[in-house]
Amino acid sequence: MRISSFFYTIGQGFKNLGRNKWYTLASVATISACLFLFGIFYSIITNFQNVVKTAEEGVSVTVFFNEGTSEEEILAVKSDLEKRSEVREIDYVSADAAWEGFKEEYLGEYADGFTENPLADSANLQIYLNDVSMQQALVTYIESITLVREVNRSEVTATTLSGINKLIAYVSAGIILILLLVSIFLISNTVTMGISVRKDEINIMKYIGATDFFVRAPFVVEGILIGIIGSLIPLVIIYFVYTHAIEYVISKFTVLSSLLKFLPVGVIFNKLTPISLIIGIGIGFFGSFVTVRRHLHV
Amino acid sequence: MERVYRKRRNNRQIPEDEIITLENVTKSYSTGAPALNGVNLHIKRGEFVFIVGDSGSGKSTLIKLLLRELVPTDGEITVLGYNLRRIKHRKIPKFRRNLGIVFQDFRLLKDRNVYENVAFAQRIVQVPGSQIKRNVPSILATVNLAGKYKNKISQLSGGEQQRVALARALVNKPAILLADEPTGNLDPNNSWEIMKLMEQINENGTTVIVVTHNREIVNAMKKRVITMKKGVIIEDEEEGMYIDED
Repeated sequence: MRISSFFYTIGQGFKNLGRNKWYTLASVATISACLFLFGIFYSIITNFQNVVKTAEEGVSVTVFFNEGTSEEEILAVKSDLEKRSEVREIDYVSADAAWEGFKEEYLGEYADGFTENPLADSANLQIYLNDVSMQQALVTYIESITLVREVNRSEVTATTLSGINKLIAYVSAGIILILLLVSIFLISNTVTMGISVRKDEINIMKYIGATDFFVRAPFVVEGILIGIIGSLIPLVIIYFVYTHAIEYVISKFTVLSSLLKFLPVGVIFNKLTPISLIIGIGIGFFGSFVTVRRHLHV
Repeated sequence: MERVYRKRRNNRQIPEDEIITLENVTKSYSTGAPALNGVNLHIKRGEFVFIVGDSGSGKSTLIKLLLRELVPTDGEITVLGYNLRRIKHRKIPKFRRNLGIVFQDFRLLKDRNVYENVAFAQRIVQVPGSQIKRNVPSILATVNLAGKYKNKISQLSGGEQQRVALARALVNKPAILLADEPTGNLDPNNSWEIMKLMEQINENGTTVIVVTHNREIVNAMKKRVITMKKGVIIEDEEEGMYIDED
């Protein structure tokens, strides 16, 4: 194929956008509406997952050691535990640090009556997990260490968070799948209708002696362009809506903002932008490619 | 004069000047009687042929077979040396570039102007842009539309639209011009104008095949007339007439 013919077919794809204004508008609107819904849902679900993740990060397992266990022995256990995949971070709290913390939190000036550290055997390890659902496996391992006297953990919190996590995963996967299927159905219908209306144009090209590539290329270019425009519009809208919605919630509901930490728009768009573009371009490309093929056998 | 033969097939030699050959061609659809039934037809280079017959006689099926839009159920079709029964899908575009086609409903691209509609045919066969700029005005002048190259299709009369279609069919200098009811949507004056243009094109060496119902034109032009009925050729005469069967 001549280079000029290649650029001609690309150029025709661009021109077709203007020639078939209503089809372009309908397709862009359908893609935009579907991807807007998808983007809004994605933003909400991602923030929700972040809230649960933040809560999970606060869940810890506290390990106390037998009377007389030296600091070196505790630190050896610490470094052994740090190698395990369940463990994200371990803080060593010495007996003195534990007493200082207790005094500050509960006793205040009444602590002056204590001359010795009543928590002398309370040196402990605070273990933070990568995933709370792994807590039981880690606790079983820690309890098997001979130096360990007691392991404190909040089983209810871990189970609840783990359950919420699974629920979010299933619900979001289900809704995203439904949204995607509805989007693909709606968009491919629009593309199919738009191209079927131009069946005559395809027939003429074929009668004159156009190759399948020459017939298909402008439609595919057009489909890709519609996909790009259709995915950029909702991204721009979501960007502004999201930024303003967060500002509004933070300013109006200060209690809520201290409890929930919203993800910055950049974090959301890191994944939402490529996903939306891939969906938009993918549907535009495959929709036009497949639909034109149906009319090529002339 | 001694005849030149191209090749031997089915015990028959195809003369070099024979451009279209149908041998025992049958085309059946899933239901009903065959649309074409054992048709034999030989058309030489440079001929002007009318194909006439009532609706359902098989004329449209014949045109579709010649365009390789349909494949025969039985028999062989050879057009310009291409065996249309065996031709590979990817070679069909190259074959069709030898044909010019004109339809009753013009089939022009309504969102493009006259120039673009004709240039489009050249783009498809990848003619360089500079050549397109020379060829299109020249062919538009041939069909007397030089002054309307910027017009939108919707601004043209039926006769003018058919002339654009004719220009589009001819711009690639086809060996064969196929016209399916080219005057079906035109008044008598425009019909005659189109037929005169076709005759002129034929005089320049292009083989012209016209499917038509227009008895007046067929009888006046004194060309070869092939009459079809119920899928078979019932008459094939030089300087023939379109006789009313009823």
